[in-house]
Formats: sequence, structure tokens, C-alpha cells
Amino acid sequence: MDSFILQILNGLDKGSAYALIALGLTLIFGTLGVVNFAHGALFMIGAFCAVTMQRILGLSRTVVDETQTDFLGNPLQMQVPYVQDWFGPVAGAAIQDWAVPLAIFLTIPVMLLVGWGMERGLIKHFYKRPHADQILVTFGLAIVIGEIIKAFYGANPIQTPMPSAFVGTVDLGRYLGLGEGAVAYPTWRLVYFFFSAAIIAAVFAFLQFTTFGMVVRAGMADRETVGMLGIDIDKRFTFMFGLAASVAGLAGMMYAPILSPHYNIGMDFLVLSFVVVVVGGMGSLPGAVLAGFLLGITQSFFSNPAFKGYFVELLRLEGTFAGTVITGLDQIIIYLVAIIILLTRPRGLLGRKGVMED
Amino acid sequence: MLGLNSRDFKLLMIVIFMTLAAPILLNPFPVDSALGESFNAGYPALMQRFVIFGLLAVGFNILFGLTGYLSFGHAAFLGVGSYAAVWMFKLLSYNIVPAMLASVIVAALFAVVIGYVCLRRSGIYFSILTLAFAQMSYALAYSVLSPITNGETGLQVYSDDPQVLMRAGDPIVPHLFGLEMNSSVTWNVGGWQFVFQNGYYLSAICMIIGFYISIRIFRSPFGLMLRAIKSNQTRMSYTGMNTKPYMLAAFVISGMYAGVAGGLMSAMDPLTGAERMFWTASGEIVVMAILGGVGTLIGPVLGAGIIKYLENIISKINSDILHNWFAFMPDWMDNLLVNILYPFVGKGWHLTLGVLFMVVVIFLPGGLVQGGQKLGALFSRKSKSSNSDATTAGTANTNTPAE
Amino acid sequence: MGILEVKGVNKRFGGLQALGDVNLSVAENTVHAIIGPNGAGKSTLLNVLVGKLIPDSGSVMFDGQSVLGRKPHEINQMGISRVFQTPEIFADLSVMENVMIPCFARRDGAFRMHAIGSVRNEGDIIGQAEAILADVNMLAKRDMLASALSRGDKRRLEMAMCLVQEPKLLLLDEPTAGMARADTNNTIDLLKEIKEKRNITMCIIEHDMHVVFSLAERITVLAQGTPLVEETPENIKGHPKVREAYLGEAQV
Repeated sequence: MDSFILQILNGLDKGSAYALIALGLTLIFGTLGVVNFAHGALFMIGAFCAVTMQRILGLSRTVVDETQTDFLGNPLQMQVPYVQDWFGPVAGAAIQDWAVPLAIFLTIPVMLLVGWGMERGLIKHFYKRPHADQILVTFGLAIVIGEIIKAFYGANPIQTPMPSAFVGTVDLGRYLGLGEGAVAYPTWRLVYFFFSAAIIAAVFAFLQFTTFGMVVRAGMADRETVGMLGIDIDKRFTFMFGLAASVAGLAGMMYAPILSPHYNIGMDFLVLSFVVVVVGGMGSLPGAVLAGFLLGITQSFFSNPAFKGYFVELLRLEGTFAGTVITGLDQIIIYLVAIIILLTRPRGLLGRKGVMED
Repeated sequence: MLGLNSRDFKLLMIVIFMTLAAPILLNPFPVDSALGESFNAGYPALMQRFVIFGLLAVGFNILFGLTGYLSFGHAAFLGVGSYAAVWMFKLLSYNIVPAMLASVIVAALFAVVIGYVCLRRSGIYFSILTLAFAQMSYALAYSVLSPITNGETGLQVYSDDPQVLMRAGDPIVPHLFGLEMNSSVTWNVGGWQFVFQNGYYLSAICMIIGFYISIRIFRSPFGLMLRAIKSNQTRMSYTGMNTKPYMLAAFVISGMYAGVAGGLMSAMDPLTGAERMFWTASGEIVVMAILGGVGTLIGPVLGAGIIKYLENIISKINSDILHNWFAFMPDWMDNLLVNILYPFVGKGWHLTLGVLFMVVVIFLPGGLVQGGQKLGALFSRKSKSSNSDATTAGTANTNTPAE
Repeated sequence: MGILEVKGVNKRFGGLQALGDVNLSVAENTVHAIIGPNGAGKSTLLNVLVGKLIPDSGSVMFDGQSVLGRKPHEINQMGISRVFQTPEIFADLSVMENVMIPCFARRDGAFRMHAIGSVRNEGDIIGQAEAILADVNMLAKRDMLASALSRGDKRRLEMAMCLVQEPKLLLLDEPTAGMARADTNNTIDLLKEIKEKRNITMCIIEHDMHVVFSLAERITVLAQGTPLVEETPENIKGHPKVREAYLGEAQV
């Protein structure tokens, strides 16, 4: 029972990331009618915003301390970060420690800017082009963004530590009444989950309670009607794109400590997020969120060695080929689930008839 | 001739000539000259890639060009074909005939299964599904099915493999009834050097046959049906046509082409790995087709050649070469240009590829062939182009002015 | 017993009763019109007939066989062809290729793997296609791209594509919608000509009363998903129920 709960929890952080990316994909697809294969790249840019923030806060000047010597006997050279100069050593160190959450001040403007640039500079010209062209051009853009990141940050994953306050685990077992130490869950993942939940709630509230959101929802239901309302749809589209980009960027930023960012994570997450969108039902925002968590949790279940071991034992497959396959099932389980769902429910879990059918 | 009209026949003859004479045509510069080192492309390893990727792109074009279904997972068939061939080398012998047969058959079966599932949806769903399938195949090959694929290390032939059909004295490299794939004849003429390799010629012949079959398919009733599906599926089903089997047939044929290409890759070098199935590989196939011109006969071959040639040249360029190029300029300008260009060359080839991808989609949706046709039409406004349907299937007629 | 027999067909969309207990009998070799105000369920009925929608209950028999549960292409192969409100043609293909495809469908059925022979060598198909193009006066435009045709020509082409299959029943969904008066009259003439030459049973859904009364031999009036009345054109004009449901708001 405890390990069962832990598996669900373990799926939450990945599920949140899928849900956030899928949410943005659905928003863009639903309102703008554009299939954005570069959405994973936006997630990646967010993650690299965290990296960049960490580096900016780490910028330092060299101080020579004559009173001390290093092991060669030379005067000791020390790196003093500028933030410590400005805010004093204690506050400065704290600011540095909190680089990832603080990166939000970098991520949001950067993502809005990138989103605006992408929509105005490129996507705008593709509203009337076939979906295949949209896929192709955004796919090309995804490659370009990935390569630019690689040129600046190198090809290797970059460790991005979380604030030290969040290192370690939370003893959730105590809160859930399962006994001390029963369910130890990494703190940052819990933070990530609540952060994502907050963003998802904010997006839904925005769509539900603002006039702007109402227009957007109407637009997702029927694009032509909205066009006829005479609303300046262009500006709203641009804003929508910026919003979706920010959601993806924030998702990536907070994910940086969990998965050291490298230039390829965008595509890894994109493919899975597309699967999430298709499973949830194209054009359905709740579907995207639901499917995101569902697939994240499914994946987590199948990556648990104990769970797999149980399966293998149950079917008496130890040491056989099939046993090996089951052990690797977590790598492909999402695709298998997606295929089964599409074969049985072609519109996805919450897809409506007639929405983005072609 | 050969069941082709005269323009198609001419096109086929040009392709045959170009591929067979490639070892000479692609080595225009003396082997030791600076130009030769940078721009000669007539060496076997590169020429093999030209024709094998050409074959791949021709097959991809049968699906995307004719039906408009954009598959983002074509590399999966390539990978499956490669694995099947290497397994034949391991189990039977280095003879490539069973290996190639296995590549085609396995790729076809694979395509039937994937096609059956993916073709339940169209448009973007189809693209996403094929992409998901390819990524799943990649994950399978990379880790899950390691007993079959040898995982990260890659599949290769070991000396303790059964190779039951291997007789004493057989070559221990891939061969066609004794004709070794990697052996070649070198011809030195003055400063020039031409290499004629068995492996290249085998691949070239496969490519020519594949190209010929694709012309026949384009001109056949089957090809017409596929173009009709691309044009209007609703009308197609209200005309009493079942679009599903047509689509599946196109998908499988296209997958078989990729299977042959994969088999050829293994025959040239009996080693394969999961990275052949990665999404970037699928993306590359798409770029080749769209760069040359989707739906045109020659476009994909042209696109494959250009991409592979550029890759070869651009990956070789380093900052020294760039500095040499701009040496005549003032230093600051030289440095500036080198700094701008450097990210695009050498290891930055993928950046160039991505930019090329976008430029083609944005400015040249019809690819180079259509671009060329537009240019040609500008120059020869007067000549009536009533029978212009020679190189292109659906696009050429658009140039006919509506009267 | 008509060639098309619709009995007790019901179709609901959520809370909306789109078709309620529809009975309809189309006699062979007649032109039967279905009229009714907007939202009367005409299009829903048509989509049931061609297999695009499956009704909740009821039966649709064509030529002695049930069409329910069959796919559109199977129903077409049974002998029902459909003309759409906006002509559905293969816009990217030439006029000639457009009419050749139904010829292939008629000869080879729903699927035949015909991947190596050239289209140029299909003499009989080319002959049939040219004959039908000559019939609708479009032979001169055979090499034009279908998308370049005028609206009237597109309609003609679509009609030719349906006729070349020699259907037993031709369904027409507002064939003159959005047309200018002259084009409408041309279409009426075309349909009359087809009727005389080929003796095809036709079922027309139409808003334009001019078209209906020029062509139809029987008229069914549909209102709120239910047939009100089925009569000859002469009797329809004065029918009180019809006047109430429909003609009161249209100009005859």
C-alpha cells in the first residue's frame, strides 16, 4: 500500500510536466489552429533560463587574500560573487541558493519575448498553410533552437541544484497517517507538483473568469464565430502564444533540478506531450491535464523495480526474454497505452466530436 | 520504352547515367588539390550515402508526395531493415541476398502493423502517431529489446556467431556471391583518382530500380488513386473507393523502400545501432524530400544528394578553413565573419540543417524542382506547356494558365 | 415498392431530435424532392442515406438491401451517388483524371492494387471518361486543373463523375445553392437532360422552389425532423400544412 502511494506520487512530477506542456500545446492548437513542434524547445528554453540565472548570480570578481595561501604557497585567490558584494555575504548566498525559483524573473520575460517573436515572426505566416507545413517549419525551428542552445551551453547535461532548503525528502507517510518514514518523497518534486497545480489552476481561472478567456474558449469551440465578432483576434493570438510559451518555460525552469537540462530534452518531452495531447483528446484542456497525470503515473508504476519484479515473478518469467522485456516496459508503456486508447477511443479520453477532426 | 513515356524515360536515363558515372562526375578536381580536398565527393562512403538516402527519400515520397500523409517515423523502418540484415549476417552468412530479403520482409511486416494503427487517424494525428511509434521503436532497440539489438553497443557480427551457411574460404565481409562489397577498383588518370566500388554500384542499382518502380507507381492507376486521396478524401469514398487499403499499401511500399535502404546500409558496413531510428533521422528524410520537391519524381533524389553533400562539406570546415577564405579581408571583418559562420559549420551542421529546413518550408514550399520550374516558366512563357506532367505528378499542371 | 425505402428512422443529437419517425419511399425513375425549412433535418436524412450517420432506429432499404451500417464507399458501390452542396471534386487533378477515377471505381471496385500498369494504357477507361466529358460539354477542358474551373463547370464535372458510374439513385444536396439565376437554369436543364437521357432516379434536397417545381415529380415536406406530407408538385402548392410550415416564409 505504501509503495503504491509512493508510485502515484512519483508519477506526479513527470505528470505535471507533461500536463503543463500539453496544456500549452492544446491552447495553441485550439485557438490558433497551429501544431507547434517547437513547443518542447520552449520547455527547454525555460530550463536553460534556470541555468542562466544560476550563472548570472554566480558571476564573480577575483579577490586576492594576502593573509592566506593556497597549497602552492601563493596568495589565495577567492571568487566573490557580485550578489554578495551588493547584498552582503549572507543574503547574497541565499539569493544564489534560490537561483532556480528566482529564475522566474528571467523566464517570464524571456518566454513572453520568445513567444511574441515566434508568433509574429513565423507562426503568423502559417495560419493559412497546411498542417504539414506548420509541422515542418516548427520542427525545423525546434532543431535550430536546440542547436543554438548546444552552441552556447555545450552538449552535456548541466547540473542545476535546487535551493538547499528543498534538498532531501518529506516524510509524507506521517501526514497521510501511514506511519513514520513509510512514504519518503523528494521535497523538490512535491514543490514542483504544487507549482504546476498552481499554474494549471491559474490558466483555467484565467480562461473561466476573464472576458479574454471567454473569447479564447469560444475561439476553441468555433474559430469562425470569433472571427465574425470583430474582435482584434491578432493581438489575442499573440498573447495566447506568449502565455502558452510561458507555461512551457516555467514547467522547464522548475524541472531543471530534477533533470539536468541538455539541448535534447525539448524533443524528448515534446513527443511524450503530443502523445498526452492525443490521449487526452485534441483540443480538450481538461483532457490534456488528466492524460498528463495519468500517463506520468502509469510510467512511474512501470518503472518501479519492485512492481516489475512482481510481474515477472507472477508470470514466472525470471531470466527469460519476456522477463527482460517487461523490465524495460517503462520505456514504452506510454506509447502502448496511447495506442490502446486510440484504437478504442479514437478521439481520446475527453475529446469532443468535431473538434479539430482533420 | 520500359513502359514509360518519353520524358519519364529520359529522366530515368539521366538518373542512370548520373549514378553510374558518379565516381567520375563527383571527382572534378585532382585528388591532391585544395579544391579536391574540400569539394570532391566521389569517394565510395559518401556516394553510398547519396544513393541509399536517395532510395529512402524516393520511398518516403511515395507516401508523403502522393498521399500527403506526413510520416515522422520513417527512420524506424530503416532501423528495422538494418537490424534484420545484420541478423542474417550473424545467423546465415555474409551473403547479402538473404540479408536484403530479410530487410524488406521485416520492414514490410513492421509497416503493416504500424500503418494499420496510424492510418486510423489522418492529418496531424497521423504524424504524431508515426513519431510516437518511431520513438517507441527507438526505446525498444536502445534498451528494452537489448537481447535482440545489443542495446547501446549496437548490433554487429562476432566470430562466434553461428553463420550456418558460411563455407570455408567465403569472404568475412558482406558479399554478393563472393563479390566483396568493400572492394574497389582505382583508376588513376594524371592527378585525378577515380574509385569504383562494388558496394556503391550495388546500392546504385538498387536505387535505380527503386526509382524506376516509383515512376511506374506515379503513372499507374494506383498512383492516381493516391493523388486523389490527397486531393479529396470525401469525394474518394463517395466515389466508391475504399481509401484505407490504398493508404496502407502506400505506407507499406514506402516502408519497404526504407527497409531496403536499411539493408543496404548494413551491407555496406555490417554494424547497426538504435540511433538510426532516432527522430532526427526521420526528420532528415523529411528534409530531403521537401528540399528537392515533394510529389515530384526527381526531387527526393536531388534533395538526398544535396543534403548529404552539404553535410559532408560543411562538417569538414573548421575555423582555420574559414580564416583562409576571408584572409583577403581586413582582420576585424575576417574575425566577424568567422564568428558568425563558425556555429554553422563543423559540428554545427545540424544548425545549418535546421535553418535550411525552415528556409525551404517558408520560401520554397514546392522544393527545388518546383522552384526550377517556376524559373523555367518565367524564361519560356511562350512555349505551351500542355503536356508538362513529366517530372511532377500533381504540381506541374498548376502552371497551365486557366483560360 | 420504391427503389429507396426509409422506414421509421430516428436520430437524436444529444437533446435534439434531428429525425423523428421518418418514412420515405422514392419510386424508381422519378425525381423526388425533399424540401423543408432550415433545421428540418434534410441534411441529416441525406447523411443517413449515404452512410455518414447511423440512425438510432429504423431501416433504410435500397434496391432490396439495407444500407445501414455500411460505409459510404460500400453504399456508393451499391449504386447511390451523391452531389454535394459545394462541388466535391479532386481539385488538384485534371478534369480528365477527375472523371477517370469513378470509371476505375466502377470497373475495379473499392480497391484494386494496380501499381505498375500506366494510366495511359487504360484504353476503355479513357474512352468512357472522354464520352462522359463530351456529354457534359467539357471535353475541351479535359487537361485543365479542376480547381481552375468556374463554379458552374465544377458542378458539371461533379455531375459527370457521378453519372459515369451509372448510379441507380442520384442524391443531390442543394445543387444550385449560391448560384446565379443563369447558372441555376443551366443546372436545371442539365438535370432535365440527364433525366431524359439516362432515366436515373434522383432525390433532390433543395431550397430554391423554382428548381423544385421545375424538376420534381414527387415532393416530401420535412419539418422538425418529421415528414409532413408527400404529394405531387401541383398538390403541394395549395396544401395548408405546407403553407403553414414552410411556404409562408418563402416566396414562390
